[in-house]
Amino acid sequence: MIAYLIKRILLLIPLLFGITLITFAVIHLAPGEPVDMQIAMSPKVSAESRQRIREFYGLDKPLHVQYGLWLGRMARLDFGRSFAPDNRPVTDKIAERIPVTLSLNIIALALEFGLAVPIGILAAVRRNTLVDKGITVFVFLGFAVPTFWLALLLMYLFGVKLGWLPISGLHSLGSERLGTLAWFWDLAKHLVLPVGVATFGSLAGLSRYMRSTMLEVIRQDYITTARAKGLSERAVIFRHALRNALLPVITLLGFSLPGLIGGSVIFETIFAIPGMGQLFYQGVMMRDYPLVMGILVIGALLTLVGNLLADICYSLADPRIRHGKA
Amino acid sequence: MRGRAVTLPVLAALALLLVSCNGAGDTPPLPSRGPGIPAYGDTLVDGTIGEPSNLIPILATDSASHDVAALVYNGLVKYDKDLNLVGDLAESFEVSRDGLTITFHLRRGVKWHDGAGFTSRDVLYTYRVIVDPRTPTAYAEDFKQVKKVEAPDPYTFRASYAKPFAPALASWGTTVLPAHLLEGKDIAASPLARRPVGTGPYRFREWVPGQKVVLESFHDYFEGRPRIDRYVYRIIPDTSTMYMELKAGGIDMMPLTPVQYRRQTDTPDFTARFNKYRYPSASYVYLGYNLRNPLFRDKRVRQALTSAIDKQEIIQGVLLGMGQVAHGPYKPGTWAYKDRVKDFPYDPEKARALLAGAGWKPRPSDGMLVKDGRPFRFTILTNQGNDQRLKTAQIIQQRLRAVGIEVKIRVLEWASFITHFIDKRNFEAVILGWTITPDPDIYDVWSSGKTGFKELNFVGFRNAEVDALLERGRRTFDTAERRACYYRIQDILAEEQPYTFLYVPDALPTVNARFRGIEPAPAGISYNFIHWYVPKEEQVYSP
Repeated sequence: MIAYLIKRILLLIPLLFGITLITFAVIHLAPGEPVDMQIAMSPKVSAESRQRIREFYGLDKPLHVQYGLWLGRMARLDFGRSFAPDNRPVTDKIAERIPVTLSLNIIALALEFGLAVPIGILAAVRRNTLVDKGITVFVFLGFAVPTFWLALLLMYLFGVKLGWLPISGLHSLGSERLGTLAWFWDLAKHLVLPVGVATFGSLAGLSRYMRSTMLEVIRQDYITTARAKGLSERAVIFRHALRNALLPVITLLGFSLPGLIGGSVIFETIFAIPGMGQLFYQGVMMRDYPLVMGILVIGALLTLVGNLLADICYSLADPRIRHGKA
Repeated sequence: MRGRAVTLPVLAALALLLVSCNGAGDTPPLPSRGPGIPAYGDTLVDGTIGEPSNLIPILATDSASHDVAALVYNGLVKYDKDLNLVGDLAESFEVSRDGLTITFHLRRGVKWHDGAGFTSRDVLYTYRVIVDPRTPTAYAEDFKQVKKVEAPDPYTFRASYAKPFAPALASWGTTVLPAHLLEGKDIAASPLARRPVGTGPYRFREWVPGQKVVLESFHDYFEGRPRIDRYVYRIIPDTSTMYMELKAGGIDMMPLTPVQYRRQTDTPDFTARFNKYRYPSASYVYLGYNLRNPLFRDKRVRQALTSAIDKQEIIQGVLLGMGQVAHGPYKPGTWAYKDRVKDFPYDPEKARALLAGAGWKPRPSDGMLVKDGRPFRFTILTNQGNDQRLKTAQIIQQRLRAVGIEVKIRVLEWASFITHFIDKRNFEAVILGWTITPDPDIYDVWSSGKTGFKELNFVGFRNAEVDALLERGRRTFDTAERRACYYRIQDILAEEQPYTFLYVPDALPTVNARFRGIEPAPAGISYNFIHWYVPKEEQVYSP
């Protein structure tokens, strides 16, 4: 097991290296440079000022030198400074965005699992009844409706027409002078729409998955045995069936790890939430290479770690894998 | 030239339209309001699509940063409501008779937001840091013309030039930076980028990244304490969200689209709660031809293209009438704008005749124009994310087909548009726009010396007379003489038609009706912001 772990971790290094090389190449292949994005077609900029700004960012050096410099900084865990005019350290820019995205995603993820699992079980237990069909329609509706469209409709209804909920942002003006409780209440009201819409959109995948694993388990012989023993339906479902059905679902959680720091651009744009999605999108549009590379490296690292964790959890939970591979 | 904000997807617009159909007013209309009594207090919440990047304005190129900076800093000079240059931090200024020296007499008793006094040392520093090759600024060009600067005493500043340079005066409207906080430090790493200190009517209070920038009124401002206590920029990246925030009272001010102005804000509820304004914006949209291309080398062809296009129809269709026909590169009503130029009005018959004269004859089979066996066809490029330009292209496509020209339209992402097509001169025609600066110097766009790589005369316009006039126009401070130069340039451009100048769109801002004292002028509405006020009984935000 230990040897297996070390091997897996060592394998991450070339993988990560390869990812950075490819992303660096791809982002530089995209037409335009940060300088162009800032000053293209602006009358007051001479070729000399352009050159001055290019040198400032080190863009006048050959590409492989730029990559070498970047890699050198990376090795010292220095993500460099943003190519946006603010010239701030990339780590600062990411650090001020991560808490928002992370907490939103955790709330949404908790809600998603909290709702999708019972829904999936209900649909499996009552399969092919009106309840099952109703649930199917409901979750697929959430899956099919474009989130931005639903978001705009709900914003109009609850924000403009009824005035019950704030439309966008995270805090009301002047919220910093509210008491702690009132401050949280204000924040919660701002979160209802974005979290609600995000959760509604993601219910389908997980609940269908839950339903199918549950159905598979229910068909097993030991469930028939449990029923034959005369156990109550409740005990059969929750004690015997659910535990086994939940296993694959738990590994899904591992795969959700990298998703936690990623935000949706469209979503954050509509709700004016200052999250990672917007930051990344703006970075790409401005060809802010250090920022884009920084976010991608963190994302890649989390994906790799997430996969590793999922594998480990799986092998811990399932002896067949542990013994077969290690 | 920017204006390529994230477009709201079509569906979103549709959704908005659908719900607003049943949207009668939810609050009873208020009686029309009188001027009320001017009072201090309240907050104006403005919406901005982009987050400011750097609040040291010489380091920033985005409009959001410059909008905030405009309230925090001052220049030596500024444009007044009629777009005349007047003193700002300079009480007065004079240009020497030979046009080589500009002397600024600075205001006394002006304070920086941290209490330090403003002197000519600050101006000297600002000049030096802009021309310092280590400063990553995009605005050094105008100051390169300066031969010498001097500050004989704390309240006098003098700049000398090798040749008279008329745009120089306006260039001193650049924001003056605080020398006592920046001198001897690396400006690119200065904390002032996030916490600016200026001399302006509003001082910086806080910046919550991605959410808002808050300014508060500076009571010691040299023109007096502003009436509105606070100015908040809320960052709302999506325009349809912004519009809903406006209606729900979350923001007080935003620019409307023609559709919103005409069709969606005519409810009694909206008109009772908001005032709408309308005036020509400082920009124009044009169809530019690549003059290196043999297709467009003959001016009769370009004249014919302009004659075949109905500009009024484009304004109706694209802007719902919210704009006016452009005949040249200036804003109607400004001093350099020539009212009567011999443009080519919509006249398809004349277009056909001009084209026939240039050798383009209709093909009997389908009426498409051919010359030497080759049909007249070209592609119009425009940038992604600007729906108005795309619609303009489509209307032009229809009109040109009517005279027998086949037009294709291609929409490109901004970066590849610039690098692969404009920079490489690899285009036939483009639809783009220019900002119209208050100073009429248009040397960079029309001089034959500016046709190089990345330079702005990308259509390759070369005209010796225009070159001479452009040079003369920037070498004198005499307005009458300059006007004569620019009038003549407009005549030549109208004759040559290197662009088909299409339209000057209107700016359509709307402001919550509780704000009084707004007086639209050629400069727009925000020039007198410090005199806006909200009567005590209507104030919404407590201090």
